Amino acid sequence: MKPRLVFRLFLALLAVFSLAVAGCGNDDDAPSGPAPATEAPAPATEAPAPTEAPTEAPAPEPEEPFRVAVVAPSASNDLAFTQSMYDAVNSLVASGQIAEFAITDGTFIVEDAAAAIRGYADEGYHLVIAHGSQYGGPLEEIAPDFPDVSFAWGTAVDTFGLPNVYSYSVRSDLGGYVNGVVAAQLTESNVIGVVGPIEVGDAKLYVDGFAAGATAQNPDVEVNIVYTGSFADVALAAEAAQSHISAGADVLTGSAQMVVGATGVAQENGVLWFGTQANQTALGEDIVVASQVYRWEVVLSKVVDQVKAGTLGGETFIMTFEDGGLDIQFNDVMDIPADVLASAQATIDGLSDGSISTGQ
Amino acid sequence: MNDFFTVSIIIATLASGIRLAVPFLLAALGEAVGQRAGVLNLGVEGVMLIGAFAAYYTALETGSASFGLLMGLVVGAAMGLIYAFITVVMHAEQGISGIGIYLFGLGFTDLLFQKQVGTPRPISGLQTKPFDWLANDTGRAGELLFSHTVLTYVAFLLVPVVYWLITRTTFGLNVRAVGENPQAADTLGVSVNGIRTAAIIIGNTMAGLAGAALALEIGIFQQNLTAGRGFIAIALVYFGAWRPVGVMTGSLLFGIVSATVLQLQVQDVISGSVSSIANMAPAVLTVIVLVVVSRRIGQPAALTRPFTRDG
Repeated sequence: MKPRLVFRLFLALLAVFSLAVAGCGNDDDAPSGPAPATEAPAPATEAPAPTEAPTEAPAPEPEEPFRVAVVAPSASNDLAFTQSMYDAVNSLVASGQIAEFAITDGTFIVEDAAAAIRGYADEGYHLVIAHGSQYGGPLEEIAPDFPDVSFAWGTAVDTFGLPNVYSYSVRSDLGGYVNGVVAAQLTESNVIGVVGPIEVGDAKLYVDGFAAGATAQNPDVEVNIVYTGSFADVALAAEAAQSHISAGADVLTGSAQMVVGATGVAQENGVLWFGTQANQTALGEDIVVASQVYRWEVVLSKVVDQVKAGTLGGETFIMTFEDGGLDIQFNDVMDIPADVLASAQATIDGLSDGSISTGQ
Repeated sequence: MNDFFTVSIIIATLASGIRLAVPFLLAALGEAVGQRAGVLNLGVEGVMLIGAFAAYYTALETGSASFGLLMGLVVGAAMGLIYAFITVVMHAEQGISGIGIYLFGLGFTDLLFQKQVGTPRPISGLQTKPFDWLANDTGRAGELLFSHTVLTYVAFLLVPVVYWLITRTTFGLNVRAVGENPQAADTLGVSVNGIRTAAIIIGNTMAGLAGAALALEIGIFQQNLTAGRGFIAIALVYFGAWRPVGVMTGSLLFGIVSATVLQLQVQDVISGSVSSIANMAPAVLTVIVLVVVSRRIGQPAALTRPFTRDG
C-alpha cells in the first residue's frame, strides 16, 4: 500500500475518531427510540452518570411514555448550572413524571447545541429543554419547525411569542442576598470577594443580591466584584480569587462552572466560600459555608403537567423561596453559630413575605 | 476603595501576572521550537488538555503531583510522535492536522473526565515553593520573585535553555536550517524528517507540561480547562518573533495585563460593562503587537511546508 494511501486512511480514521469522541463525550445516547421501562430509576443521591440516560418510570404509564431531553452548556456533573438541571430531571424520573430522559451536555458551542435541540425535536421528544440563555437565538428559529414539540428555555423570561416555548428563570438574587447576610457576619476583615463569569443572567442577579445582602447586614463590609469574562476559564477564576485575597478578602463567593478554580484557592488560603446553583460542599468541606441550590424540578413539574395536558408553551416561570424552587443548604460538617443560622432563616422569611427586598 | 497604587497590591498583581504567564510561556516556547523547524502545530490546545488531564488524573489516583507532572510530559511526547507521523511522515497539511489534534484533545479529555472522574474533585497540586524561605527575608521584591511554585521557575529557566538549544547547539543549527531551507539542509546531509520529528516532540512535550502545570497549579480539572490558552500561545510565538526572549515577553505581557484587569476590578477602578471590555484587553493588545511585529520580522521560510526530496 502506498504511503499516501496509508496516510489518507489514517487521516480519515483520525477524523472519524476525533469527531466521534468529541460528540460522544457529551451525548448521552440521545436520539434513540423510546426505551422500555424495565429498570429502577437511579437514586437521587447517586453520583451523576451523564452518559447513561435514566430511562424509566417506576409505575406503569397509561399513556405514551413522556420523553424529555436536555441540552446544556457544561458537564452534567459540574456542581453548578448544568448539574442543577440534571439532578432536577432525574428527580422527576424517580417520581415517575418523566419516563425517559436524555441529555447532551458540554455544548458550549451554540451551533452544536442547536443541532442537538433540533435532533431531539426530530426524534419526537415531548419536551426539549435548552438549558442556557445563549441558546435563545437558535431556539427561536427551531421551535416553529416543530409545533407539536414543547421547548423550555432558561434562564430567560422570553417565549418569543411562540405557543410551544416555555421560559424559566430563577430569582438567584434571593439566595445571593441570604448568602451575603451570612457572609457579612462571618467575615473578620470586612472584605468579601465575588468571582463572577459574565455580567448577565442569573450570575449577575446572584452577585447583585449577594452584595446587597452583605451591605444590608453590615454597611462597613466591602464587597469587591470581579467578572472574569468567561464561564469556563477555571485558571482565571483562580487568579481572581487570589486577587481578592491579596486585597484582604477572607470570604469569597462566585457563580458558574468555572468557580472550581476559585474554591481551590479559597481552600489553600483557608478562606470561606459561599456557593450557588448546586450544593458545592464537595469542593471543600472546610470552607464551603452554604450554597444556594436551584430546584428546577419545581418548574419542570409544572411544565410537564401542562405539556401532558396539551399546553405546549407560552408561559414564563420564575423560581423563588416561596415555591420551593430555591433552597439554602448549609454545610453540616461546619460549625456555624446558631444566631447566624437563625438570621439566615429570618432573611429567607423576610424575602418570602416581602418585608425584605434585594433591590432587584 | 481605590488601593491599586499601593506597593503591596502592585506586587501581588505582578506576581499574579507571572503565574498566569506560565502556561503560555511553556506552550509557546515549545511551539517556537517546532515552528523554527518549519512545523506549525495548531493542536497545542488539544495537547495541553491531554497533558492537563493526564497530570490531574494521575495525581488524583496516586496522590502524587510529581508523578502527575511526569505523565503530563509523557503524554505530551506521545502526542508529539503522533503529530510527527501525521505531518512529517505522511506530509499532511499542517493547519488542518493541528485542528484535528485540538478536536481530539477537547473531546477525548472530556470523555475521559466524565467516565473516569465525574464530579470535579480537588487534588493536592504541585504547591512546592522552593524559594519561599527567601520571600520572607527579602521584602516586597522577594515576595514578587520567590513566592512561586517550582513550575514557575522551571518555565522561566527554560527560556535560556531553549535559546541555548536553538542558537548554540548543532541541533539548533539544524532546526533553523530545516525551518528555513529544508532542501539545502538535506543536501548537506541533515535528516530533515529526523530534526522535524525531534522538534515536534520537544514542542508537544512542553505543551503537555503546560497543561500539566495548569491542572496541578489549580488542583482541579474541568472540561476545556485550558480555555483557549493553546491558541494564544501560538499567537505569542509570532508576537515573540520565534525568539525565546520575545515569547517570554509576550507571555508576561499577556499575563500581567490579565492580572491588572482582575485587580482593577477588585479595587473597583473598573466595573460594570467596562469590565467586559477590559477583559478583552490582553487579546486586543496581542493583536496590535502582532500587526506591528509582522511588518518587520520574517517567519521561518519553510513554515507549514511539508518536506519532500522532489520539492
